[in-house]
Amino acid sequence: MKDIVLIVTAVILSLAAAGAIYRIAVGPSLLDRVLASDVLLAILGAALAIDMAVNRHLNNLVLLVALTLIGFIGSVTVARFVADRRGQVNDS
Amino acid sequence: MSRKRISFRTELPLLVWLVVVWGALWRDFSPGNLVFGALIAVVVARVFYLPPVELSGRFNVLRAIPFAVVFLGKVVAASFQVMYLAVFRGPSVTNAVVAVPLRSHSDLMVTATGHVISLIPGSLVVEVDRSTSTLYIHGLNVRNDVDTAKLRKEVQDTEASLIRIMGTRTELDALQAEGWPATRGAGS
Amino acid sequence: MTPNATGADAVIDAVTAVLLIVGALMSLGAAIGLLRFPDLMSRMHAATKPQVLGLFLVLAAMGLQMREWWVWPVLAVAWIFQLLTVPVSAHMVGRAGYRTKHLHPELLSTDELEAVVLRAAGQRAAEKAQEAGSAMPHAGNARNGGSEDPNGVNGGPSA
Repeated sequence: MKDIVLIVTAVILSLAAAGAIYRIAVGPSLLDRVLASDVLLAILGAALAIDMAVNRHLNNLVLLVALTLIGFIGSVTVARFVADRRGQVNDS
Repeated sequence: MSRKRISFRTELPLLVWLVVVWGALWRDFSPGNLVFGALIAVVVARVFYLPPVELSGRFNVLRAIPFAVVFLGKVVAASFQVMYLAVFRGPSVTNAVVAVPLRSHSDLMVTATGHVISLIPGSLVVEVDRSTSTLYIHGLNVRNDVDTAKLRKEVQDTEASLIRIMGTRTELDALQAEGWPATRGAGS
Repeated sequence: MTPNATGADAVIDAVTAVLLIVGALMSLGAAIGLLRFPDLMSRMHAATKPQVLGLFLVLAAMGLQMREWWVWPVLAVAWIFQLLTVPVSAHMVGRAGYRTKHLHPELLSTDELEAVVLRAAGQRAAEKAQEAGSAMPHAGNARNGGSEDPNGVNGGPSA
């Protein structure tokens, strides 16, 4: 049971991460990349949480909250930066 | 620096939240730890001054619980809808940006509505006009005027239920004047 | 998870397994949305909504597995943090995207913000022509005076 769940979720999350990484690589714009890295961060968080649920520990819970906050601060900062350069650069 | 004195009652929700976070971070909800957390929360709230969030002072629990349940259901629906659209529609999806005027002019209500709207199916706040309290909402899979009207109604219904949970008395009266059955529950 | 579980343990383990797999599928849904949607705005829908539900399901599975009451408030705090942050960052990215013209107008059935933006831009141009170099132009109130967050995280016009 435990192994099946781990394998299935690992495969699903790897596919998802591959998709997000592809979007980071392709772009086409900076904001797309920010969005995709946010999703990648969420996938990492999901992996941490699944590990915690399957192995019954809570060691990474604070890390999970920190990941959420880092994703938030990162995307807000970049979005702000992009918005400020409006008019100068249209396709960054 | 002139500081507006904040009453303890206005500060209470913030303090309770800080204590819960403190307990959660220590993963220890024993009374001793919580009391110490409350002490730190008071000190933090005094030292790091922030303008208070203007709460209306009423909170209707009887209406909040069904709202929370419906909200959870909508979050689930939103995720499956996005997944369905991503898999079966993909590149040919049609969107729209819709202006939705809100009734309330309080920052708290506009913020809360925006948050809830962003999490329920097919809508995302693009721009907020604070002076007229209008939300500009990006709707996923909005193809024609019928969908636009539906989206607008959805947003205004959400705002109405939020007002009934924690709006001020004047907002509630305005809602009632519009013909909404705004019965006053326990928290009013 | 309990090896060779029976009775209640087996049921809880089965529910946990379903929650975990559906939660992981939500991440996959987000990734598929990122790949298949045509423009930034629709990708934003894909990036934000499944995340919230995915984390909720996985946290619920954790709560079921730990079987101690004090876990639930901890998990609730983690989820509420996400509920509060995701709409704000999505709004910020969306706003920046709209302003930098990351939108494909041919994919929109209506755009009611465009008229407002054009009017504000016209007003601003007129004001600039009128009083070039004088005090701070006060235009932009109709256009970007708003901020979703009253704490000023994204407040202020960014002209």
